[in-house]
Amino acid sequence: MKQKLFSFVSLFGAVIAIWYLASLLMNGNQLINNLERKNQQWDYQQIVSQAYEVKRPMLPAPHKIGEELVKSILDKPVTSKRSLIFHAQITLNSTLLGFVFGSILGILIAVGIVYNKTLESSLMPWVIASQTIPILAIAPMIVVVLGAINITGVIPKAVISMYLSFFPVTIAMVKGLRSADKLHEELMYTYNASARDVFWKLRWYAAQPYLFASLKVAIASALVGAIVAELPTGAQGGLGARLLSGSYYGQTEQIWAALIVAATLGSILVWLVGLAEKALLRRRGGLSNA
Amino acid sequence: MPNKLKYLLYITLIIAQLFLVLFSEQGFYQTMPLFIILLIAAAFSMSVLLRRLTSQQSQYQSFKLLIPILFAFMMLLTWESIVKGYAISAILMPTPSNIGQALINNIPMLWADFKQTYLKAVLAGYIIGCLSGFLVAQWAVNNKVLRDALMPLGNFMSAIPIVGIAPIMVMWFGFDWESKAAVIVIMTFFPMFINTLTGLQSTDALHQDLMHTYAAKKSQIFFKSQLPHALPFIFNALKLNASLALIGAIVAEFFGTPIVGMGFRISTEVGRMNMDLVWATIVVAAIAGSLSYGALALLEKRLLFWHPSYRNT
Repeated sequence: MKQKLFSFVSLFGAVIAIWYLASLLMNGNQLINNLERKNQQWDYQQIVSQAYEVKRPMLPAPHKIGEELVKSILDKPVTSKRSLIFHAQITLNSTLLGFVFGSILGILIAVGIVYNKTLESSLMPWVIASQTIPILAIAPMIVVVLGAINITGVIPKAVISMYLSFFPVTIAMVKGLRSADKLHEELMYTYNASARDVFWKLRWYAAQPYLFASLKVAIASALVGAIVAELPTGAQGGLGARLLSGSYYGQTEQIWAALIVAATLGSILVWLVGLAEKALLRRRGGLSNA
Repeated sequence: MPNKLKYLLYITLIIAQLFLVLFSEQGFYQTMPLFIILLIAAAFSMSVLLRRLTSQQSQYQSFKLLIPILFAFMMLLTWESIVKGYAISAILMPTPSNIGQALINNIPMLWADFKQTYLKAVLAGYIIGCLSGFLVAQWAVNNKVLRDALMPLGNFMSAIPIVGIAPIMVMWFGFDWESKAAVIVIMTFFPMFINTLTGLQSTDALHQDLMHTYAAKKSQIFFKSQLPHALPFIFNALKLNASLALIGAIVAEFFGTPIVGMGFRISTEVGRMNMDLVWATIVVAAIAGSLSYGALALLEKRLLFWHPSYRNT
């Protein structure tokens, strides 16, 4: 454990060091080009001292990103349009809405596929094929189409999140619902259990580990979906909109800050699903058959 | 035989619906609302036919392909009839036939987009990303420090939206395909790294002992025992990365691109309300994605014919 921590900390330190060096080189180059264009004199000491303070750096130094994070999270009220918490909460809304509906839809389709053989042979190939399609590409279109029939705001983004998160759930649940032990199934049969009892007392129970494994994937892709949905449509708020406006106006620190918030948000969401999974598995006696 | 007659009736209903859609004026459901019954009847007939085909599936292998195709055909027919029958504006929802027409009319432009996005950005990024992930995993399998450092980082990276790095890459590498390739390299590196590492570590201890008693050289152990064991994992990553790469390239093009490319086409034609062209681009992307996935699956079948998961079928 100690050694693992040591390796991770040393890698982290190495990344930070390389980051500072790269930021010095990239910003310094930019600075030198600027000064030469103006035919001004420069020496290396001057460049080194100014490289971390450039206004629009190619690669902002870690402490500058930290400053930007503090500025946009702590120093601004949460309701302000320049607060990253405000934008993160907009993205989180559509992520969670899409995630919940996507999971429910995924489970329903999986139940349909497991219980209906026609549906399986006609729908299942398309569910698999759809995984090979870059679904994110239609994100802007969904936003525009729904906008044209006066559905705006959180719902179009949630639709995209939903679309992205229901595939992993469907695939895993089809597998999970079928993973019930054959012996248990036969036991239920000898008890003369109804189809409903077999589902709730056996199949649903057997599928739970599969469900949670896929929920972790689903919530991560729901977040990606929400962020991408905010990109091309000129959304007013959200982390995607921050990324886009940062890229339009060359505000690199803003981009990096939004990225870090997005990464934190993603890992917190996955971690929360993991917590729920652990709690459930403990209730089941720590057994996991997935 | 009444059964045969029944199926003949079903097929006739479906064909009648097809003719109705093909040869009547736009908005026919608005003038004659009762025609909707024909659509419902056709959908019902199709479901009966599909059920019949499913029950006979074991007899004819070719049905396996036929069933999903018929299902998709019915979906397209329903889509076309509803959009055309209620005269829904093409800006909201083009019909499948409109999309097909846009696809055929714009082949040179779509081909140029495809070349820019797929043949340049996706292929370059995919190859560099997968290869470097594979090589670093190679290195990490014998190096505990590197493994302990990169594994948690890899798990972390799978939880975060990496596409967000696109604007930064566009700033560093310019508007052309290099920046998209860079995004793809970052997106594909970690799935490949983690899968290869897991695969290389999954070697059976018995096999290792056996190789040892054969006095196998290190390279022999790698090529004859470790690599074959890792191949299923590697192919998993390759397939996953194939769709990730296409998504990465298209999304990265939303942030700036020369005036060609699939992501550029989608974002500009959405702005100009040319929905049929947007859909046509998506069809191209879907075909490219499915074909690359299919090619990888075929290659996997060829190379892994000995693996238990393929031997049984």
